[in-house]
Amino acid sequence: MSTITEVKPETATLSNDEILRYSRHLIMPEVGMEGQLKLKAARVLCIGAGGLGSPLALYLGAAGVGTLGLVDFDVVDYTNLQRQIIHTTADVGRKKLDSAADKLKAINPLINVRPFDTRLSSDNALELFRDFDIIADGTDNFPTRYLVNDACVITGKPNVYGSIFRFEGQASVFATEKGPCYRCLYPEPPPPGLVPSCAEGGVLGILPGLVGVIQATEVIKLILGKGEPLIGRLLLVDALAMKFRELKLRKNPDCPVCGTHPTITKLIDYNEFCGIRGEEAPVETGVAEIQVEELKRRLDAGEDVFVLDVREPHEYQICNLGGHLIPLGDLPKRIHELDSSREIVAHCRSGVRSAKAVNFLRQAGFRKVHNLSGGILAWADRVDSKMPKY
Amino acid sequence: MPKIQIPTPLRQYAGKEPAVEVKAATVGEALYGLVARHPELRRHLYTDDGKLRAFVNVYLNDEDVRYLQKEATAVKETDSISIVPSIAGGTA
Repeated sequence: MSTITEVKPETATLSNDEILRYSRHLIMPEVGMEGQLKLKAARVLCIGAGGLGSPLALYLGAAGVGTLGLVDFDVVDYTNLQRQIIHTTADVGRKKLDSAADKLKAINPLINVRPFDTRLSSDNALELFRDFDIIADGTDNFPTRYLVNDACVITGKPNVYGSIFRFEGQASVFATEKGPCYRCLYPEPPPPGLVPSCAEGGVLGILPGLVGVIQATEVIKLILGKGEPLIGRLLLVDALAMKFRELKLRKNPDCPVCGTHPTITKLIDYNEFCGIRGEEAPVETGVAEIQVEELKRRLDAGEDVFVLDVREPHEYQICNLGGHLIPLGDLPKRIHELDSSREIVAHCRSGVRSAKAVNFLRQAGFRKVHNLSGGILAWADRVDSKMPKY
Repeated sequence: MPKIQIPTPLRQYAGKEPAVEVKAATVGEALYGLVARHPELRRHLYTDDGKLRAFVNVYLNDEDVRYLQKEATAVKETDSISIVPSIAGGTA
């Protein structure tokens, strides 16, 4: 593979400290001195220091990948700690980049950690990728996935891919010279709103561990040039059934970015690509919103306000405003439970699902329906500090 | 009967079932049988003009049906059909 030849192990040597540290690698023939020098000379860029990025970066750092780049702009919060094991409770409020760099240096002070405190964009991706041999994609959204893929194809760097949802994951190696890219598998993103995100759908904490370690394994194999990489194969992981399945992927000759006559030869506006391709109108926000203070005042004054909770039953168990529970997905078939002559305030956790509910109800002819801005999280922040947040 | 594997993000529209058995001779018939049983799935799999959505990949065993005979691909009793939609989670 062209990119891996840029790694020049012959120019590197191992110190006695390194020989001791990597001895369990050095005594196995698949790695040995030659492989460990390749690892030392390798430059890997991890996009995201979150769920997938945590195990990825920790294992790559421990294994002795010489230059480990990290791109992240986010801050550690309490909800990250259930799965983002590179961050600790004491790191809450710190930049993920600083927190992750500290852990990596603690695990292996002999490697070079290169933090990039930025959001990956069409303006910086090509320049960032240029200094690295392999890109490991641990992002959480479609625009960045397509950006990482296209930038990998354009710069000729392998894209070690992982993605997760609830208890199901995908992994593959895209954008190698002969192999397919992410666009060969999925030419277009789903319309916004049709596929729930992890923040909406939840994710089993161990799953990014499982998938991130598969990504780390593939990165190491690419560097060593050993084994059968996941090129042209999509690995599907179902943690609940604990089943691993494999699907065949083909390089699509008509692929717009890696095909024989590519139509995409430079990076594009990926938010637009993932937004305007949608066949559904985006959720209207800002319309018919009501603030939490206003709802509290009206409820306290005994006004006739019907509170509709569109979350899931297991969320209702965590905390609630005593509203009538109809999960968003059940709303079409349970709409008869609602009285359109009454004032309705719909709420969810953060206000996204309830905005969809409000749109749906308005289309169904409901006129007096409002969305609680910021959802039950805003209620916990500004009305009732005893309300748990999740 | 051929079995259709339902991925996690779509199970909420398929009565929470992980897999559904449908009597069918082709992949297209099997998918039609599936949405007939679970009508809510239709808009997630098909566009308004009845075409399979571009972000929904369908596999017969481990082969992408786009590289077989697409929806006309014949299925056997023991075959497994997988719907594999794109998922994006990772960091958040």
